[in-house]
Amino acid sequence: MSEKVILNVLDHPNPGTLANYEQVGGYQALKKILAEKIQAETIIAEVKASGLRGRGGAGFPTGLKWSFIPRHFEGTKYVVCNTDEGEPGTFKDRDIIRYNPHSVIEGMLICGYTLGAKVGYNYIHGEIWAEYEMFERALEEARAAGLLGKNILGSGFDFELHAHHGFGAYICGEETALLESIEGKKGQPRFKPPFPASFGLYGRPTVINNTETFANIPYIIRNGGQKFLELGKPNNGGTKIFSVSGQVNKPGNYEVPLGLPFRDLLAMAGGMREGRTLKACIPGGSSVPVLPADVMMDVTMDYDALAKAGSMLGAGSVILIDDRICMVRALERLSYFYFEESCGQCTPCREGTGWLYRIVHRIVQGNGKLEDLDLLMDVSTNIGGRTICALGDAAATPVQSFIKHFRSEFEHFIEHKRSLDGCH
Amino acid sequence: MSLSAASLAKIDREVSKYPTEQKQSAVMSALRIAQQELGWLSNETIQFVADYLEMPRIAAYEVATFYNMYRMHPVGKHCLTVCTNLPCRLTWENDAGAYLKQKLGIGFGETTSDGKYTLLEGECMGVCGDAPVLLVNNHKMCSFMTPEKIDQMLADLDKP
Repeated sequence: MSEKVILNVLDHPNPGTLANYEQVGGYQALKKILAEKIQAETIIAEVKASGLRGRGGAGFPTGLKWSFIPRHFEGTKYVVCNTDEGEPGTFKDRDIIRYNPHSVIEGMLICGYTLGAKVGYNYIHGEIWAEYEMFERALEEARAAGLLGKNILGSGFDFELHAHHGFGAYICGEETALLESIEGKKGQPRFKPPFPASFGLYGRPTVINNTETFANIPYIIRNGGQKFLELGKPNNGGTKIFSVSGQVNKPGNYEVPLGLPFRDLLAMAGGMREGRTLKACIPGGSSVPVLPADVMMDVTMDYDALAKAGSMLGAGSVILIDDRICMVRALERLSYFYFEESCGQCTPCREGTGWLYRIVHRIVQGNGKLEDLDLLMDVSTNIGGRTICALGDAAATPVQSFIKHFRSEFEHFIEHKRSLDGCH
Repeated sequence: MSLSAASLAKIDREVSKYPTEQKQSAVMSALRIAQQELGWLSNETIQFVADYLEMPRIAAYEVATFYNMYRMHPVGKHCLTVCTNLPCRLTWENDAGAYLKQKLGIGFGETTSDGKYTLLEGECMGVCGDAPVLLVNNHKMCSFMTPEKIDQMLADLDKP
């Protein structure tokens, strides 16, 4: 069994509680930093050395992101955590909040100490109310233990942390839309630059990281960046929580070293249900390119290997599609999702996502033409790269990759006005 | 109109999380709390929340109409939001949406004639490992929803 950084709490009683977290070295990193008054430069250097990359999907190096914050800026700064996971296939942050909320709190505390921020917010996805309440309870527990609030552990360091509840908008997972949402507005992404590091929440310098990213920080400080890096592979440091969904025997979250062969992950998830055959896999959440099974079976699960194979690690949301699923209908549902969730701010996305959905829908209705496949490619190409945020690209990617890898299935549907035999 | 003292206390707690001059930050929670008390958000309710938070009424209306979980029309006593997105669809043998439509005799976006249930189609809830999932009254997540579990859920909701 390989070492776990975050879900190791499941090996001890009462996961989710402070007492449980203390069993795995919880808050030791914060205590060490406060007692030894470790310099911000040292902490950032350690995070950089760890090779930790943003776990929300973009994979941006965390240490580098922290270094962009003007540390000597005198005014208010903020630390924000993005627990707004709602991309089809994602469900790891929910389990982190359920089982190890204190690792997120400690990670945010360390970030606040490093960057000179005194207030933080954790934005939690609207649909997971029970987890929102769990996080509120964890905050209460931390406050009662003197780990949050004024003069933490007598060090003179102040940090307060609050939970903010979303209410059903995928777009708020985009970091600047999320900031707008905390400000009590529609979640529409901001034009960048300026980036949140200089103009973030309420116009103040802000670091915003994913839940899993923050949850890794305490381990890195306790054990050193090098140790974390060695858990994974070069440029892909650490472990990663993969959320495995679809027709497998044991869907769920698996924390494994980055670089694990996909075959091994599939075996951990119990293999395909009822002995079915894997047909395709979306390895990082619905916005990354789908890959056919034969390509997947030879990849390792890390940022670089998946990029080389023509997809992305994304948030590590592994959607497994078996040979009884109709890829045309699958694409229809994903296209509807992006159409529904487009915030409407940029014309190529607002109009283009609807156009994509309507074309795929008419194919499913039996009214498609072969030229529609070229039209889909043309429309999607004209959305990608032409919008303020990445939702436009995210809508274009499934269309392009589904047609690229499963063109014959689309042609069959158009010609016969139905799915392949035996597919749903 | 006003909201109950309990709801106002909940809203005040949300307001306290943000800087004094940023009361608007509490609008999402305030609208949720109002909806929980009243079932849906009328213009009057939205205006009350806006005034309470000292923000423009139109800005509160923008928020109420932007996020999917606010109800802008009256709904049944229980709102059942079924995820139909791809990971939940992959468990097509247990199509929770189709089962509920047949069982309740209504389609998505409709309310049963006795006013008990409103059925809604939801987007990804971030719980795909538990597919198929549905959300009851925006607050309770129900996992691995087979027909048997749906029957049990409805029986529990029917209890007085």
